[in-house]
Amino acid sequence: MTALRVDGLFKVFGRHPDQAVDRLRAGASADDIRASGATPAVIDVSLAVEPGEIFVVMGLSGSGKSTLIRTLNGLLEPTAGTVHVGDDEITALSGKRLREVRQRRISMVFQHFALLPHRSVVENAAYALEVRGVDRRTRLAAANEALALVGLEGQADKRPDQLSGGMQQRVGLARALASEADVLLMDEAFSALDPLIRREMQDQLLELQARLGKTIVFITHDLNEAMRLGDRIAIMRDGRLVRLGTPESILANPGDEYVERFLADVDRSRVFSAGDVMVPTSTVSVDVTPETALAALRERGASALTVVDGEGHLVGVVTGADLLSSSGDVAAAVRPPAARVTPSTSLADLLAPAGASEAPVVVVDESGRPCGLVDSRAVLAALAGSASDGRPPAGSVGDRADQLEGSRG
Amino acid sequence: MAEPTTILAVDEGPLPRVPVGEWVDTAIDWLKDNFDPFFDAVKTGTETSVEGVTDGLLALPPLLFAAILAALALVVRSAVFAVGSLLGLLLIQSMELWEPAMQTLALVLVATLVAIVIAIPVGIAAAKSSRVSAVVRPVLDLMQTMPAFVYLIPAVTFFSIGLVPGVITTIIFALPPGVRLTELGIRQVDRETVEAGHAFGSSPWQILRGIELPLARPTIMAGVNQVIMLALSMAVIAGLIGAPGLGQVVVTSISRLNIGLGFEAGLSVVILAIFLDRLTSSFGERRREGGLRSRLVRRRTAPAAGTPVVAAEDTVPASRPTAGAGI
Ligand SMILES: Nc1ncnc2c1ncn2[C@@H]1O[C@H](COP(=O)(O)OP(=O)(O)O)[C@@H](O)[C@H]1O
Ligand SMILES: [Mg+2]
Repeated sequence: MTALRVDGLFKVFGRHPDQAVDRLRAGASADDIRASGATPAVIDVSLAVEPGEIFVVMGLSGSGKSTLIRTLNGLLEPTAGTVHVGDDEITALSGKRLREVRQRRISMVFQHFALLPHRSVVENAAYALEVRGVDRRTRLAAANEALALVGLEGQADKRPDQLSGGMQQRVGLARALASEADVLLMDEAFSALDPLIRREMQDQLLELQARLGKTIVFITHDLNEAMRLGDRIAIMRDGRLVRLGTPESILANPGDEYVERFLADVDRSRVFSAGDVMVPTSTVSVDVTPETALAALRERGASALTVVDGEGHLVGVVTGADLLSSSGDVAAAVRPPAARVTPSTSLADLLAPAGASEAPVVVVDESGRPCGLVDSRAVLAALAGSASDGRPPAGSVGDRADQLEGSRG
Repeated sequence: MAEPTTILAVDEGPLPRVPVGEWVDTAIDWLKDNFDPFFDAVKTGTETSVEGVTDGLLALPPLLFAAILAALALVVRSAVFAVGSLLGLLLIQSMELWEPAMQTLALVLVATLVAIVIAIPVGIAAAKSSRVSAVVRPVLDLMQTMPAFVYLIPAVTFFSIGLVPGVITTIIFALPPGVRLTELGIRQVDRETVEAGHAFGSSPWQILRGIELPLARPTIMAGVNQVIMLALSMAVIAGLIGAPGLGQVVVTSISRLNIGLGFEAGLSVVILAIFLDRLTSSFGERRREGGLRSRLVRRRTAPAAGTPVVAAEDTVPASRPTAGAGI
């Protein structure tokens, strides 16, 4: 069951919105509609967000992200299309019923925090429960818990303006968490913070998410943030959803020029990990003959092998050249790997060891068994995004779900 | 009633004479004929309340009351303001103008209260609805730009001379800034904060009470401050139609060409104006500045704030709009 579902959503501001939707459906472009005096902010967007997922919506300023997220909790009424939160059809609710859904099922964090300056931090955090009519003692207890969750113990009695921006946004986050809604909407929630604080907040959000398993729709115009946080990323352009996929699949296969331009300044070394660029390796035992090892190399079409001892523990790596020049057995040709890493190690952390040694980096799984090799060329190719098919040179990437929505326009 | 021929004959000009004045006369006659019981009720209510407040203000010995007002000044603002207020009030007493000053103060208090009770809801409605705003705005423009004396005439027609027309004209004259600044204050409330209220499921009433009014408070209080200042200036003008108080003293001094008395009465008005202005403008500020009340509040709620308590100065914050009183 999806946590949040959007079907055929349109939002047009200005004159004759319904007519504009009909024309868009019939194939008119956004510019045509604009020429007639209306602003198409969201055009035919459909998507489904799974429970426990961080779903990032990304796009340039004015691409309709805020408009989209505001239809999710009914702050804006769409011109056409439906939004479901769980089983509740938000777009069919109004008045008291809509307020109830907002009080219990879906909460929001704002770009400029939107705290109440005349109330203390804990009263701000308790706001959602107060609106719902929870008694004072219970709601303050819940608010204090939420404040502890975001690391704001001891700040409860301050006023928001006595806190730094990062701390104020933590109050905003605590307010949303205290409401106990499972769906969290975050519109550019970290965009007003400076870069260091922003990173801290991202880490904290990931950590909270791992613990609480909320469903989060996160809006940003910053690709690095999107890549760090998103389980999936939707890219919007001019009101349309032009691309939907995992961060790695989007980076590997941008799909169109717009997305590619977007990707130009992403820090790829933090998006790709060892697991994405490694070549699956063959493993030989340390006591086989060099001929056997060479045969294994050729069969694999690889340039190096991992070598393990009798118990399967990693001894090192051998290259073809090592084997050919070696006089005796494989053990004499083995050299230590450049480093031992796990599949989730980011490329940024591979750069130093891969550059320092001619031997490849060995990737080991949780049980310590070698599962792949990464050489420095693979790292460079992934950073450049230069593999001929637009993918990183070796791909576990293709295995993942890659929902290419494509541009509908 | 009007015969077009005589109207056209007034002048050789190209435009016919439009009989606005006659329409107004007709309307007022009609109101007088049909709403007499209403005007009687208004009259009684106004007289009772203003006279009640006047009696209340005069019930205490002047020195004691001046001391109480000075103490109030200390609590809401500062020691400098308190001392200044005390000296000013004592000066009024020593000029033997205490009774008219209290009559004026009572008139101002009642008129202000009524004006605010009308202005704030109208201001809220105008902030919420552009249509209401579009209707209210020209009416306010009319009320504000019409020369104050013009109000006096119909007020006298309905209520004859004395206290009641004075109060009514004062209310009408003082009302506009209350409406305008309430509307402005609510429209200025940060959009995202109001949106947050909606996003957590607040009702419109919860948003008004919990978000909009508190955040608009400094602006609304600036409006209240201006209402009071305008009420004070009009209360003096109302002396012309026999409203008791300092205005009547001014009128007397004019008719007798008594410059000294006129100056004393004028000075008393200035003292009252400064006192009321400073007092009410400090209600609009955030509880941060130096007054005793804010220091007490701050010490209770935020012990960690760590700012040393310094002797507060009686400074007027730059953000406060200047009071437009015709003093
Ligand atoms: N209330 C509104 N009235 C008219 N146009 C609007 C309104 N809100 C947004 N828009 C327009 O809709 C488009 C998308 O805006 P928005 O959703 O805020 O984009 P983003 O959040 O991606 O920057 C913009 O062209 C914007 O000008
Ligand atoms: Mg936006």
